[in-house]
This record gives sequence, C-alpha cells and structure tokens, in this order.
Amino acid sequence: MHIVVCIKQVPDSAHIRVHPVTNTIMRQGVPAIINPYDLFAIEAALRLKDRLGGHVTVMSMGPTQAEPALRKAISLGCDDAILVTDRVFAGADTLATSYVLASAIRTLGQERPVDLVFTGKQTIDGDTAQVGPGIARRLDMQLLTYVSRIVEVDPAKRSIVVERRAEGGVQVLQTALPALVTMLEGSNEVRFASTPDMFRAVRATVRHWDRNDAGIEDIKQVGLKGSPTIVSRVFGPTPRAEKARQVPFDPADPDSTAASLLEQLLADVPKVRKELEQRRSPS
Amino acid sequence: MTATPPAKPIKKRKIKLDEHLLAYRGVWVFIENERGHVHPVSWELMGQGRQLAEQLQVELCAVVMGAPGAELDALCESAFHYGADRCYRVASPVLRLYRNEPFTQALTGLVNAHKPEILLLGATALGRDLAGSVATTLKTGLTADCTELAIDPEDRCLLSTRPTFGGSLLCTIVTLNYRPQMATVRHRVMPMPEPQPERRGLIVDFDPGLVEDNVVTRLLEFLPDSQDNTPHLPYAEIVVSGGKGLGKAENFRLVWALADVLGAEVGATRAAIHAGWISADRQVGQTGKTVRPALYIAAGISGAIQHRVGMEASDCIIAINSDPNAPIFDFAHYGIVGDCVQVLPALTRAFARHLGKPVKEIA
Ligand SMILES: Cc1cc2nc3c(=O)[nH]c(=O)nc-3n(C[C@H](O)[C@H](O)[C@H](O)COP(=O)(O)OP(=O)(O)OC[C@H]3O[C@@H](n4cnc5c(N)ncnc54)[C@H](O)[C@@H]3O)c2cc1C
Repeated sequence: MHIVVCIKQVPDSAHIRVHPVTNTIMRQGVPAIINPYDLFAIEAALRLKDRLGGHVTVMSMGPTQAEPALRKAISLGCDDAILVTDRVFAGADTLATSYVLASAIRTLGQERPVDLVFTGKQTIDGDTAQVGPGIARRLDMQLLTYVSRIVEVDPAKRSIVVERRAEGGVQVLQTALPALVTMLEGSNEVRFASTPDMFRAVRATVRHWDRNDAGIEDIKQVGLKGSPTIVSRVFGPTPRAEKARQVPFDPADPDSTAASLLEQLLADVPKVRKELEQRRSPS
Repeated sequence: MTATPPAKPIKKRKIKLDEHLLAYRGVWVFIENERGHVHPVSWELMGQGRQLAEQLQVELCAVVMGAPGAELDALCESAFHYGADRCYRVASPVLRLYRNEPFTQALTGLVNAHKPEILLLGATALGRDLAGSVATTLKTGLTADCTELAIDPEDRCLLSTRPTFGGSLLCTIVTLNYRPQMATVRHRVMPMPEPQPERRGLIVDFDPGLVEDNVVTRLLEFLPDSQDNTPHLPYAEIVVSGGKGLGKAENFRLVWALADVLGAEVGATRAAIHAGWISADRQVGQTGKTVRPALYIAAGISGAIQHRVGMEASDCIIAINSDPNAPIFDFAHYGIVGDCVQVLPALTRAFARHLGKPVKEIA
C-alpha cells in the first residue's frame, strides 16, 4: 500500500488577533500549525499502515516555511515528505491548488503507485473543502468525502469500505482503489510522536519539488494565473446605522437593568412581543 | 501560496470571456433531495436565484436529479412554486441515491448541454462534495459558503461574498473568465421564499446516459441518525447563546436557565465549544448553524465575523459583554455592558416573572 496524505500549514486561529483599527489579521508571532483537520487524515493513513503495512508519503504545496509541518508529520510516523514549492504556485485558488497537487501525486505514482490519498475535510483558513474533490477528479480517483470511519481496506481485492457523514445519517460506501478520502474531525484519536520518530524527523530529508519535479505540464493552470476566482474586494462588515441601544447596568442592581430591557423590548419590538405572548403561562 | 485571499483589494477586473462562453445564460439552482426529502436550503437558494435572474433578465432554472417516477415529477412542480421558470429533470435509476461519480457526470453533462452562467448549490455535505467535483471537471471557479450573492450590473458578474480567515473582514470573490460561476450557500443564510402554488413552468428532460455497471462506488447501507440533538436550532424563534466570556463551564447553566424560561434553543460560539463547555452541534456561525430568530441573546460573545454571519439575520439581538468596545455592539440592537454572570440570572428572573413561570433560584 502506498498512501499519500495531503496537508496544509495554517496559522493557528487560536492565536490570531484582529487589529482593532484596520480590521486586518495581525500575523506577526502567530504560530503555524498543521491544519487540525489534516491530523485526522495523517492518523487514518498511519492506522492503515499499522494494519496492512506499506508506505505513507506526506505532501504539501506551500512556501519553504511550510517544511516544519512536514517534519511534524514524519515525527508522527509518516515515512517520507514532499514539499511542492515554487514561486509560480503563489496566489493559487482551490482549482489551481488541486492541479499542482494532482500533478505531484501523479509524478510520485511513477516512483511507487499510489493506492489511497487522504486529506482533511477542509482547512481552517480557506474553509472551502474543495481541494480534495478537485484532486480526485483530476486523478480520476474515486472520491469519498466527510469520512467518519474506514471500515475495511482490502489491498488484494483493491476495495475500500467507509462510513461517510451525509445529511441525516451515515452512508456505508464501497469503492475501488485508488481512492481519495477526506477525513472528518474526531474520526480517530491522533497519536503522539514516538521518540525514535522524533529523532528520525529531525534528520529526515524533506524533498522539495518545483514545477519540473512535480511534473507540471501546463504552467497556465498554476498560481494566480491558473485561478478562475479572484478576490475583487475586501471590506469590513457594514455597521448598522445606529449602534446598540445601551441599557445602563449597575452591578448592585442587575434586576432593574433586566426590567428596563424587557420593557423596551415589549414596547419597541413587536416580533419579540408576539413571541413572548405565545409563551405566557395561562394563569 | 494559499487558498486564502490576499488582504488587499485587487485592481478593477477585466472580464474577457472566450467565444464559446458567451452563450452561457441563466441562473440554475441544484435541488438537493434524498429519500423523498428536499433540503430546505435548495428552496432558499431559489428565492435568491429569482432575484439574480431578474437582475440579469434571464430564466431561473431548477435542476432536479433522481430516479424516474412520481416523486421526481412532484419535485419539478415544487420547484415551479418556488420560482423556477424551467426545470431540468434528470431521471435515471442510477441517481436514486447520492453518489459522487454519477451525480458529477450527470450535472457536468447537463451544464455542458444547456450552459448556465450561474450554478448554485447548498453548502451541505452533498452539495460541497458535488460542487467541488463539478467545478474541477468544468475547470471553473467555485466560492464556498457565501453569505451574500449579487450581480455587478456592469459586467453581469456574480459577486460572491464570504468571510475571510481570522480577521473581521468579508471578501467578494468573482470568477473571471470561466462559466458557469459556481457558489455554495449554507442553510438558513438566505430567507425562505413563499411558495406560489399557481406558478407553472417548463420541464426539460435530460438523459445523462448513465449505466449502473459503470459506476464503481456502491452504497451498501444508509444508517439514519438516531437523533440530531439540535434539529430545531436553525428554526428557533428565540436563541440564547453563550461565548468564551462566560468564563467557565459551570456558567453555561445560566444560559440554559434563561433558555428554559424563554422556551429557547441554546447556541454557542466556536470558542465555547473548543473550551468543551457545550456540544459542537450547538455552534452558531460560519462553520456551525445559521439562525434567524426573532430574538437572539448573546452572552459573553465578542461578535467575530464568523459568528456574526450565522446570526445577524435575527430580528432583535441583545448583547451582554463586559467590554464596551466589543464588536458585537456594532450590530446588536440592545447592549448591556456588564458581567454576563450577573446579567443572565437577572434576565431569567425578569422573563420568568413576565411569562408567569416559577422563578427557580439560580446562582
Ligand atoms: C475558518 C473559521 C471559522 C469559524 N467559524 C466559527 C463559527 O462558526 N462560529 C463561531 O462562533 N466562531 C467561529 N470561528 C471563531 C471566531 O473567529 C471567534 O474566535 C469566536 O467566535 C469567538 O468566540 P467568543 O466570542 O465566544 O470568544 P472571544 O472572542 O474570546 O470573546 C469573548 C467575549 O466575552 C467578553 N467577556 C469576557 N468576560 C466577560 C464577562 N464576565 N461578561 C460578559 N462578557 C465577557 C469579552 O469582552 C469578549 O468580547 C471561526 C474561525 C475561523 C478562523
């Protein structure tokens, strides 16, 4: 089995602060982490390897600064890491990103055929959930999104059975390898790095692939140029004409604040008055 | 090198469509239905699609896919009631239950045959799975989880607005030189239109040419959820939500107590959920549920854009926050600057008295 896990390095949203005046993100000092959803993808791949043997390659498209994320993945037990990095990739939207990753996976497949690709269900920064399906389509792999459990993989029969989260229930799906699986959060318990793997991660070579190494055939499909969507405007949300009407609060007498608010609601907001009317206990 | 947009606006775009893309006309909505049940987001999208179609002076078309039969035909009728001028009926036994491969083939085939300029889908598990595959196959742009859709009258472009990462900003995304322009929208973000039972339209059949034996993926079983704990949250008329400002898990019971008296549903911010104070199915916001109640009470919530987009359609928002400069006061209707641990019980007492309910002693 050769399993490829696609991951992305993202800023840790828990540490993001918004500049109070400009409304923009203050990126300085924000630690970079592996996209949390991708950890479930890594774990799913490693569990299959534990069970069936094989080789797990972790791959990311990103700037050279993303290398630590790949090393971290090695420390968790991945065998091999490839950073697909080239200045021409900059500014890619999801379509262009899936083109680059699909090309790189295809190229990697010439070294060692790929049976399964795992990704997280989405990233916490782009939040689109579009790259996984994009890669699958481009590689003509079977697509299994929002997978909550890998039920069975049979390398001999080249088949996989998974549980997939759908609206109102879970689909049990069977398909053929090669397949691309996007993993749901909480689908497994992500392991800690073992000491030997941590040492291995420090020494391991993270291969850097530029557009040639990745086997990019059409340079017009990568980066900003290859992206059909552009951001045409970035703006703050429109403040309402008037700010919130303040109901004065005195810590010594919270009840009169509550009473005054209730009075205003009943007087000024008919919809709320109606809702409350319906909830009155008959007395 | 990121899928997230750069922080600065980009210069005025120039649209130059290829010859063959000029023929793309009309607004389409994919009607998501499974096991005889239409996902309400599809009708919400029809309401929005109607407005876009009118601005563009084109037809609004519904795309209905499934196994042939009376159920599918009834769906077409419903689509007309919700505003469709035309309904593409894609009937095949292979499409009885959702699987990515045949649905992708059928929808891309239909797009290539009838060429819409806009294609909208619900941002559900199904919609996102399908939209991502279809957009890649068609090599066109797709914007996920839009909170606002509009048309630029100058160049007929679809302006898809969504929150940006982290910051309290929104960005508008356009698809330049590709058609159709695709977008997904989450449930409850757009209002539900009133159906008009007298409306009729034109049904156009499309044969997707699918053969079951060529479909690799098999659906072995469907395990329905035993219970969704929060099916009512998106439809609740009163919601009481708590955020990180509650300080600790125990204080969340103050939110429950107020909700109890009000007959309200309980919501939360992602920060409160990450803290482990409440279950994830109660998250309100961009990556949680969208609510549109008459009354939304936000306790200890800063008002980050990702939360805001999930609740700002509320008729009346009451914010309780100890920081007078918290962003939530910019869009709340009533504000109380104070400690929510003190304010919540006072509100519970006041509402209980008003509603004639017993006042349990809390906190
Ligand atoms: C891709 C992405 C998606 C996201 N999706 C969502 C989403 O769906 N829903 C969501 O909610 N968030 C989402 N977030 C997170 C969002 O950006 C905010 O971090 C989150 O909403 C903040 O939650 P909060 O208001 O509870 O916490 P904080 O921002 O920490 O605010 C706590 C507030 O409580 C106030 N406070 C403190 N003590 C008290 C007190 N004693 N009494 C009263 N007030 C007090 C503080 O002044 C502060 O304003 C998302 C983020 C990203 C990056």
